[in-house]
Amino acid sequence: MSILTLGYSVLFYFATVILVAGVAYRVYTYAKTPSPLKIVTTPAPTTKSGVVYRMAREVVLFESLFKSTKWTWLFGWAFHFGMLLVLLRHLRYVTEPTWFWVDLIQPFGIYAGFAMLLGLGGLWARRFLVDRVRYISAPSDHLMLAMLVVITGTGLMMKFVSGTDVIAVKNFMIGLMTFNIQPMPNDPILLVHLGLVALLMIIFPYSKLLHAPGVFFSPTRNQVDDPRENRHVTPWAKDAN
Amino acid sequence: MADYEVPELKEIPVVPSIKEGSMAHSAPFISRAPFQEPMGYPDELVDNWQEVAIDKLGDLTKKYRSLKVYLDSCVKCGACTDKCHYFLGTSDPKNMPVGRQDLLRKVYRRYFTLPGKLFPKLVGATDLTKEVLDDWYTYYHQCSQCRRCSVFCPYGIDTAEISMAAREILDVVGVGQKYCNEIIGKVYTIGNNLGLPEPALKDTLEDLEEEVEEDTGVAVKYPVDVEGADVLVVTPSADFFAEPHIDGLIGYGKVFHQAGINWTLSSHASEAANFGMFIGSYDNMKRVAMRIREAALDLGVKRIVVGECGHAWRVAYQFWNTLAGPFDFLDPNYPVPQHIIEVTHDLIKRGALNLDPSANDDKRVTFHDSCNVARATRMGSMPGGQFILPREVIKASVNNYFDMPRETIHESTFCCGGGGGLLTDDLMELRVKGAMPRMQALNEVVKEYDVNYLAAICAICKSQFSKTLPYYDFPMDMIGSVHGLVSEAIQLGTKE
Repeated sequence: MSILTLGYSVLFYFATVILVAGVAYRVYTYAKTPSPLKIVTTPAPTTKSGVVYRMAREVVLFESLFKSTKWTWLFGWAFHFGMLLVLLRHLRYVTEPTWFWVDLIQPFGIYAGFAMLLGLGGLWARRFLVDRVRYISAPSDHLMLAMLVVITGTGLMMKFVSGTDVIAVKNFMIGLMTFNIQPMPNDPILLVHLGLVALLMIIFPYSKLLHAPGVFFSPTRNQVDDPRENRHVTPWAKDAN
Repeated sequence: MADYEVPELKEIPVVPSIKEGSMAHSAPFISRAPFQEPMGYPDELVDNWQEVAIDKLGDLTKKYRSLKVYLDSCVKCGACTDKCHYFLGTSDPKNMPVGRQDLLRKVYRRYFTLPGKLFPKLVGATDLTKEVLDDWYTYYHQCSQCRRCSVFCPYGIDTAEISMAAREILDVVGVGQKYCNEIIGKVYTIGNNLGLPEPALKDTLEDLEEEVEEDTGVAVKYPVDVEGADVLVVTPSADFFAEPHIDGLIGYGKVFHQAGINWTLSSHASEAANFGMFIGSYDNMKRVAMRIREAALDLGVKRIVVGECGHAWRVAYQFWNTLAGPFDFLDPNYPVPQHIIEVTHDLIKRGALNLDPSANDDKRVTFHDSCNVARATRMGSMPGGQFILPREVIKASVNNYFDMPRETIHESTFCCGGGGGLLTDDLMELRVKGAMPRMQALNEVVKEYDVNYLAAICAICKSQFSKTLPYYDFPMDMIGSVHGLVSEAIQLGTKE
């Protein structure tokens, strides 16, 4: 086994463990931390099914962001839904045989890559052009965008410029999943692409990427507006005096 | 009039360019021993304040899911940056909701997250220094906990939750805010925010009865401590004598009189406001709320109705059941608590009130949605009833009603600029500047429809606008109570 194969295999196992365990731990802490008071932002649904619908609009359509600023909404939505399609498209590298709907979305998935780039470009431009957003941007906010741009860019390059041996990539990936390590193809663009993906997986549970699980635990969004009808009591608050 | 520049009202709302440090000089008076000690807080900065503050922050992230999730989840997208009335009025970037949150978040990141411990500069984490603590005191007292930012945040991050946590930390290290803590002390010792003792309260209400009878020829009662009354009314103490608040109280009395409802005030719970929320103290909020339960039990009432008060209605609507419930000893046919607007609205719908809107024909009215009523409560059974019911009550009482621009009302309403424990003279500059977005929206309807009356349902809004309207060349008596309008329109002696 080459050093390259060994290195990337270890990296991906490590990244997967960190991502899964890290996010699971975060979700566990969010779930076990009580919400002592009803603090839902109103007007709000008065039923549980209403809350599910509100949350769905928030997660699928970015409703609040749409209300707030149309440009950020446009770029943010293009990036996230481009990424969703691209990720789904990538399922073909880790499934054998591929599912029929994954085959179906292949052409859309390719163009979604451009939507991602457009979205990332717009979001990044705001960090330079809008003084308020420039003020709140830390170096890590720029680095995160840079990483995503490079990941997307290298992905598109492999599709449209230089090409890479996708059969070999798929063998490597399936090999990882079946604990039957196969050689990692030595293509520099691919190495950058996958290396940064692994890095992103590692920092996910320690960074602002936690907004993904976080939104589901936001009390201003996930609570039912029924404080008069149902008494809301959590353990520590019951004993407060 | 002021030694600072009063913002100019522009034609089209403009988001200002940031001016760093432009409000760094604004901070309220620090609380002193007589107000800190009874609440169990140190009266000066404790020696190991850093350790105490960090411990408290860690403790709070374990007690409040909101705080934990909100400190972790912000992606710095900037959606909130132009939403805070204090930012729009002052241009200080630390008054952008995310700028305000980051004052606490950067310390949280430094002490409680791995990247903040390893690479503080990279992720914008900093040590808790005296400068940071001073910034907390300065800027967490430039937030009125109005929740406008939480409407527009894609994750619902509510800066009010962060401000409350920060103020609690400040109290525990010994730098409390005088205005809030002094008032909470008065509630405990005297019974209300204004420090109006029971005999004075009774005299005031007797005078009021005489005044109303002189005015209308009808003996409307303003009872206090009447055992066995059906309804306990809990209202902000400003309603007892401040202008224009008292017109609202007069209105409540007339409504109950015409509807034949047997009601009472309580000298034990002669205050609806709960400043425990402003300082983020669950224990104090609970203790203040328990007075209402005690009063209801002592007087043996069947219903509790809350008067016109914004943050008070939030605490009552969202928190009372948790803090002081269950209210299973009250009549289950009515919501607990009920807002006075809900009561009047219901009576109007049932035809129990005779209102003549032409009595208010000298007025061209608009309505200011109070921030906490709009974004933290409901009236009636429909989501958004908190916008509909007050307008229907107003429209039943006046002939000329006009809404301000849509992006400045309902859930997008601007705070008056004085909420959340900031209604104090030592923050006058902040209050004037923070009122600017509302004044701008008001200016639109004044120019377009000759509006001359700004109706509100919050004691803080009423006091704040009385003070700030003149800075923007509006008459100070332009602000009034919604039940003041009802009071003018109601035809006493025709129904009862």
